[in-house]
Amino acid sequence: MSDKIGNVWIFIEQEGGVIADVSLELVSKGRELAQELGVKTEAILLGDNLGGCVDKLYHYGCDTVLMAEDKRLEPFTVLPYAKVLMSLIKEHNPNILLFGATYKGRELAPRVASEKLAGLTADCTELRIDDFDDKVNKKSYKNKLMQIRPAFGGNIIATIVNTWDDPQMVTVREGVMKMDEPDTSRKGKLIKVIPEISTEDTIIKVIERIREEKAVNLKAAPVIVAGGYGVGSADNFKLISDLAEALGGEVGASRAAVDAGWIDHDHQVGQTGVTVRPKLYIACGISGSIQHRAGMDESKKIIAINTDPDAPIFSVAHYSIVGDLNVVIPKMIKAFKAKV
Amino acid sequence: MSYTVLVFVKQVPDTQNITGDAMKADGTVNRAALPAIFNPEDLNALELALELKDRFGAKVIVGTMGPPNAAEVLRASLYRGADKCVLLTDRSFAGADTLATSYALSCCAKKLGKFDLVLCGRQAIDGDTAQVGPQLAEKLDIPQLAYIEDVIELSKKKITVKRSIEGGYEVLESPTPALLTVVDSNEPRPAAARRMMKYKKARTITELNKEHNNADYTDSEALAVEQEKLEASDLLIHEWSAAYVGADIERIGLKGSPTKVKQIQSVILTAGDAKQIEPTDKGVNDLIHELIEDHTLG
Repeated sequence: MSDKIGNVWIFIEQEGGVIADVSLELVSKGRELAQELGVKTEAILLGDNLGGCVDKLYHYGCDTVLMAEDKRLEPFTVLPYAKVLMSLIKEHNPNILLFGATYKGRELAPRVASEKLAGLTADCTELRIDDFDDKVNKKSYKNKLMQIRPAFGGNIIATIVNTWDDPQMVTVREGVMKMDEPDTSRKGKLIKVIPEISTEDTIIKVIERIREEKAVNLKAAPVIVAGGYGVGSADNFKLISDLAEALGGEVGASRAAVDAGWIDHDHQVGQTGVTVRPKLYIACGISGSIQHRAGMDESKKIIAINTDPDAPIFSVAHYSIVGDLNVVIPKMIKAFKAKV
Repeated sequence: MSYTVLVFVKQVPDTQNITGDAMKADGTVNRAALPAIFNPEDLNALELALELKDRFGAKVIVGTMGPPNAAEVLRASLYRGADKCVLLTDRSFAGADTLATSYALSCCAKKLGKFDLVLCGRQAIDGDTAQVGPQLAEKLDIPQLAYIEDVIELSKKKITVKRSIEGGYEVLESPTPALLTVVDSNEPRPAAARRMMKYKKARTITELNKEHNNADYTDSEALAVEQEKLEASDLLIHEWSAAYVGADIERIGLKGSPTKVKQIQSVILTAGDAKQIEPTDKGVNDLIHELIEDHTLG
């Protein structure tokens, strides 16, 4: 093995030729890491009929696009994807490999990491380059990827380093990294890969596939009114949607409210839901577990309404209202309607 | 025709319900104070296995890797309907990341012999990685079916499942043996009273030893007799070591883990410098006014 450090790879997730936002966010992050390491940013694009994706990847910052087109790569199934990715890794030895922590990414990345005997860290919230002194094993590593993630239900933040062979593999949730503006003057190099897929890799068959676009778009909403366990019932969630409607916003929810069955998972904000950065986030009856806070604490303004003055949500709020949401929300609707 | 279904489960600290008792004065969590529970989605995996047993006839074998007191989740599995349990326990397993864990579990599965299906919960609440399932499938060189909601059809050669995908679902067909990771889409059955009466006496060798020591009763021959009796009445929870399952010592525990923890920071809750708003008409009016003034609203 040469001492030359490998490139930064981003697994590009696409559905019907449309690139997932999380992949473009990771291209932005990957480019930053690659520049620090003095290596290239490369996209790994698998599927069929992908020609329309390539320029966009250059515009967002990829130097190279490695593209494998094959009808057996569409729709996604894990085995042929793992096969193609594995053979590319063996051939090119990337230093870092980033995946979106999506359904596909979380299914594919561990299968590949297991075969490659590489470390894999899930749901990183921050990535940077630094040196690592492994005091236990008395070894020092230069320019490793610091993989920072919440652990233990979000009660601790761990910095993890992969000390075995490259690639250093991680997954990152959508909305966690910031997407750079595209530069349409950027150009790159396309490498077409002929995938080697055998019949053994296509033993999983997709018999039926039903997909609907999400009815709620929390990420684009300027105002989010979110309800938690303190809302008390499915019926009472109407209060939350009334306020959201009055303010021209969307309805969000904590995991506790979703788990209670009061509202659909599409509305969930937090580590296992969507990460949001609206102009205004109103947390109603949400105690504010770290998992929830991680998904909304970068909102420009946060109002927290809770009867418990010690609720952790108040630690990230700009405006704290210690009180009953059943009393406060109607007052807010009335006050807003009177002003506009 | 009967199937053999392996279910791998984990005992986890209850990180989702952290009460004041588990918080230290500095605002960090006292992990030792958290109760140990059956990982929620592993209960869904066990439920799916028991449903397969009801529908198609199956022997359900539950395995876990953990310290000796992880036998608790195995007894809980017996109460619900598991046929056999294995506790994979050894000091050398300690400190395993997901890769080393999946390798250890693969050794356990191979030791158990032929199987049709392996079921795991999608993820455990202490790490939330969802990695061990797919990694175990790779180690066993079998197909993986992730995010399974239900099994539609099962035959000796193939399985048809319904699984979640982004914004919808898929029906997948795969040859068996296969590994399924199961999501929270069924209602795990409670412990059955009659089974509880019987299996509350189920013990691992370590537990048996401990009880005997506590009773100041260490006659090894008597212990062996006791063990035989337990086994004869299906009450023995098998305890397997790394050596017993033929695990390569270089590939388990800390040694077998490529990921190292460089640093751990506890999350400390600090009081923010939030503006206090009174829950009165005036308080709320002034707040809305301020937000309209600074163009946050309207």
